[in-house]
Amino acid sequence: MSATHQPSPLAKLEQKTIYEIIVKGKRIDDRGPSDYRQLTLTLGTVEKANGSAQVYLGKTKVLAGVKVQTGTPFPDTPNEGILTVNAEFVPLAYPTFETGPPDENSIELARVVDRGIRESKAIDLQKLCIDPGKKVFVVFVDVYILDHDGNLIDAAGMAALGALVNAKMQEWELKGGEVRYKDSKIPLPMLNYPVPITTVKVGNSLIVDPCLEEEQVMSCRLTVTTGKDDDVCAMQKGGLGTFTPEEIKQIVSSSIQKSRDLRTKIGSKVN
Amino acid sequence: MPFKGAYIPRLDDIVLGRVTDIGMSGWQVDICSPYPAMLPASETPMHRGRDTVRQDLRTIYGVGDLMIAQVIAFDRTRDPLLTTKGRGLGKVSSGLVARIPPTKIPRMIGKKGSMITMLKKETGTDIVPGQNGVVLVTGRDPDQERVAVEAIYMIEREAHTTGLTDRVKAMITERMKGTKIGQ
Amino acid sequence: MDGRRLDELRPLKLEVGVLDKADGSAYIEHGRNKILAAVFGPREAHPKHIALADRAVVRCRYHMAPFSTDERKSPAPSRREQELSKVIRESLEPSIMSEYYPRSTIDLFIEVLQADAGTRCAGITSASLALADAGIPLRELVAGCAAGKIDGRVVLDLSDIEDKKGDADLPIAYMPKSNAIGLLQMDGSLTEDELKQALDMGVGACRTIYEMQKDALRRKYHVEHDEAEKEEIAEVKA
Repeated sequence: MSATHQPSPLAKLEQKTIYEIIVKGKRIDDRGPSDYRQLTLTLGTVEKANGSAQVYLGKTKVLAGVKVQTGTPFPDTPNEGILTVNAEFVPLAYPTFETGPPDENSIELARVVDRGIRESKAIDLQKLCIDPGKKVFVVFVDVYILDHDGNLIDAAGMAALGALVNAKMQEWELKGGEVRYKDSKIPLPMLNYPVPITTVKVGNSLIVDPCLEEEQVMSCRLTVTTGKDDDVCAMQKGGLGTFTPEEIKQIVSSSIQKSRDLRTKIGSKVN
Repeated sequence: MPFKGAYIPRLDDIVLGRVTDIGMSGWQVDICSPYPAMLPASETPMHRGRDTVRQDLRTIYGVGDLMIAQVIAFDRTRDPLLTTKGRGLGKVSSGLVARIPPTKIPRMIGKKGSMITMLKKETGTDIVPGQNGVVLVTGRDPDQERVAVEAIYMIEREAHTTGLTDRVKAMITERMKGTKIGQ
Repeated sequence: MDGRRLDELRPLKLEVGVLDKADGSAYIEHGRNKILAAVFGPREAHPKHIALADRAVVRCRYHMAPFSTDERKSPAPSRREQELSKVIRESLEPSIMSEYYPRSTIDLFIEVLQADAGTRCAGITSASLALADAGIPLRELVAGCAAGKIDGRVVLDLSDIEDKKGDADLPIAYMPKSNAIGLLQMDGSLTEDELKQALDMGVGACRTIYEMQKDALRRKYHVEHDEAEKEEIAEVKA
């Protein structure tokens, strides 16, 4: 069952302070409404994984790892490899994160990141088919939240993308019904590079990349994930507030633009 | 502002707390401690020994309200008890809040109050340090308040260094130039 | 695909107050969707520690019956059901004036008996009526509908077959008086223009469904009113 979350640990006075700053068009860390915090992307930090990426977005820290293994395809898609995304809200990332099975927030995050990758066809799953109906490659994307200072979805989405781009798998061929691995390594077959952009509403102000305090005073958030051709592939509204249809359209426009900017930024760090 | 470092209550400490619940005869207050504190209605100046009903209590402090209180009882077998009877104690309705680890509060106050006196004088604000790491800054101008809060976080970051008082003073002077109050 | 116009809703039927033991309930048939929603509350919070001091905790469970889909679905809650429980709660909670009932819980249960795409939207439509039926103070009713894209064209209210073949799915929940969208998700591929088109279509459909919700409430209370009148007349005659 989903239940109303516990209230923010900030006093009403503190929430009011943050709220008033944002409503006046500024932010508590002097950013503009459409500015992202400092973004650091490091690839390949976990050599044992097929691919990995570490994202520092302001003080938020997320690590994503990709493992590629063999498995059986789903009955309704016998010619396609499998993508599976999981997120772990590690207890050391925030005082109230607990051990145990994923809670609704981590499930939501994993599914939103998954949709971004899957619907944009970021990975060419057909190229991961080994033996139709019998054997395919399974791409496991595991997102590890290490430090929560807001906007986990965007940080996770970018880390997942970085890890996929960084991933290398053993070059393979099908010989006599068996998979034979060659010595060389090849990258994952990628077709698109989806980037999620999250905007939150505080009063009537819309700001991107919320830090933790901004998330604690927001009424709601909208994540828009866009691919390289300005194709919107996933959207998710969250929080107890509401948006007007006009606000949604505004956010979609600016998110498509921002996604392009961040993709260029990530691209330059990758190359 | 994150909660960093737990506060263990001590008798007579001045603390800043946030109301988390209203009970039959008082309020539960979060003082950044593993032990939730209680402020009994009988320990507020408004109370005159009347029969307080929960309805009345909400008009004094609601959930989420901030207060300056004093610890009047605590031993490790019972949760701490607070009072707001006393000068300077009571509800906080304006100002900026800074949260630092309780262990850094002595550094912020300084030897014989040297650091905090300097902060108040240079920024023209009143500063109430809660022993539990929550600090209230009130000034006539929000810019002054912001400079004071910046100074407090600077002290938190560089608490272990020497010559801190002078560097903080220099930072404040620089910042104040940009405000309406000026030199 | 089923002969409808691009912007035509599937057939929709609503009924309020269908269950005996729940405080409020409603049943919806939308296309081949058959969904039951029920509300218990406000009631005492169990366990006590989940209660909030200044308002009610709203709890929501979206669940699909094992026989509701083509392939039998395991009764254990799936990740999808957990995500949907959250987004559905976030679409209905804004309409509930939960400050009226501190320290209590308001529990919402949505059971999908037969699924035909658009279940979360239909679930929201019926749950909103169930809340009204339970007498819980609401700012407004919430109506839900999905838009999408199939064969390159933006259409309204995809059925299951259309959804599987479609290029995009955009579920929406909307409150017309407040002009407020409480649920918005999207998966697939849409250009900015297509998205705006689909959004407008979905919002328009929600307005239509909202009128049907009000109608369903009127019908129920009219019936009760009529029966109460009949009883009075009978008593007077006796």
